[in-house]
Amino acid sequence: MEIKQTAIAGTLESSDIQIMLSKGQSGIQIDLESDVKKQFGDQINAVITETLKKFDIDNVKVKAVDKGALDCVIKARTIAAAQRALKTVDQPAWEVL
Amino acid sequence: MAENGERLRRTMMFVPGNNPAMVKDAGIYGADSIMFDLEDAVSMAEKDAARDLVYEALQTQDYGDAELVVRINGDDTPYYHNDIKAMVKAGIDVIRLPKTETADMVKTLEKDVLAAEKEFGRKEGSTHLMAAIESAKGVLNAPAIAAASDRMIGIALSAEDYTTDMKTHRYPDGAELQFARNMVLHAARAAGIAAFDTVFTNMDDTEGFYRETRYIHQLGFDGKSLVNPRQIAMVNKVYEPTEKEVENAKNVINAIEEARIKGSGVISMNGQMVDRPVVLRAQRVMMLAKASHLVDEEGNYIEK
Repeated sequence: MEIKQTAIAGTLESSDIQIMLSKGQSGIQIDLESDVKKQFGDQINAVITETLKKFDIDNVKVKAVDKGALDCVIKARTIAAAQRALKTVDQPAWEVL
Repeated sequence: MAENGERLRRTMMFVPGNNPAMVKDAGIYGADSIMFDLEDAVSMAEKDAARDLVYEALQTQDYGDAELVVRINGDDTPYYHNDIKAMVKAGIDVIRLPKTETADMVKTLEKDVLAAEKEFGRKEGSTHLMAAIESAKGVLNAPAIAAASDRMIGIALSAEDYTTDMKTHRYPDGAELQFARNMVLHAARAAGIAAFDTVFTNMDDTEGFYRETRYIHQLGFDGKSLVNPRQIAMVNKVYEPTEKEVENAKNVINAIEEARIKGSGVISMNGQMVDRPVVLRAQRVMMLAKASHLVDEEGNYIEK
């Protein structure tokens, strides 16, 4: 699926993660900022990638600013950003939730 | 009425649905019920994100024995149907309908919930309902609302909207809420469901909070809605039985057991007959005592 517009979900508050999705040409490119990147960077990237793949999003630029989010928060924010970027907010992707 | 057993519902803690820190930690405070809010605590622009967040948290977080409730957006909003579908799919215990004014609103919700249960393969009837009463019309229709569905587990008074509707505001003595509180409580009891009192928002007025909680405890409310985890221990303290009440309840329970062993239909204690209301009250006291950690496994009072 094509990214239709740049979209953001999540905040910069503690325990949250802010995800910004914009159009890309070469696969899923993640730029992650996190205090725990060394320990959890791979895991955070994996959750984002897996969630985006469920939306069939293959080409996208991801800017993620992590403030200590749990996996369920990372997944939720990625879903919200994806639906906003695809302009499908009114039709939740039940199969991805 | 949903099979309600006698579940303790002393505290229902509000948790803003779009706040990850509060959503993830909601289980650690020991609230009897946790109410994730998708309605007033979430701005229009974040309704989708809050729904996603609560859904994913419900899949992975451990909230212990707490009853899990979600306050959805009303049926006059574009979020209502997706809120219902997401929360039914997530397997929420209870959906709370805001600004309930008629029994028909509950019946419509029941239909929508049933459709969602079928769509997502949830057990039919597994999603319970409750209604918030927030207007004069809602208060006057409370008995019909409380009895509108077998899925109903409770009704709650929401005083901020209600007092505005009544052209007044909240006063420290709560006189403006007397009628509404009694209506909601009677409606709940007549329907055999739980009654929740409104929130108390002034965190600096501890004495006022205790006064109000003791008052609604005296009236017979199951418990209170809360906006701050600090209030949980305060409510539980008010609902905690005294040592004398515990001892008395234990004697009643022992008398029942004795009668059962003897095969006697009549229960007597100290030469007096124990009738059903006394038994029910004793059972509730013992349940509260256990929840307050006042008794051991056998029901013996633990000296402090």
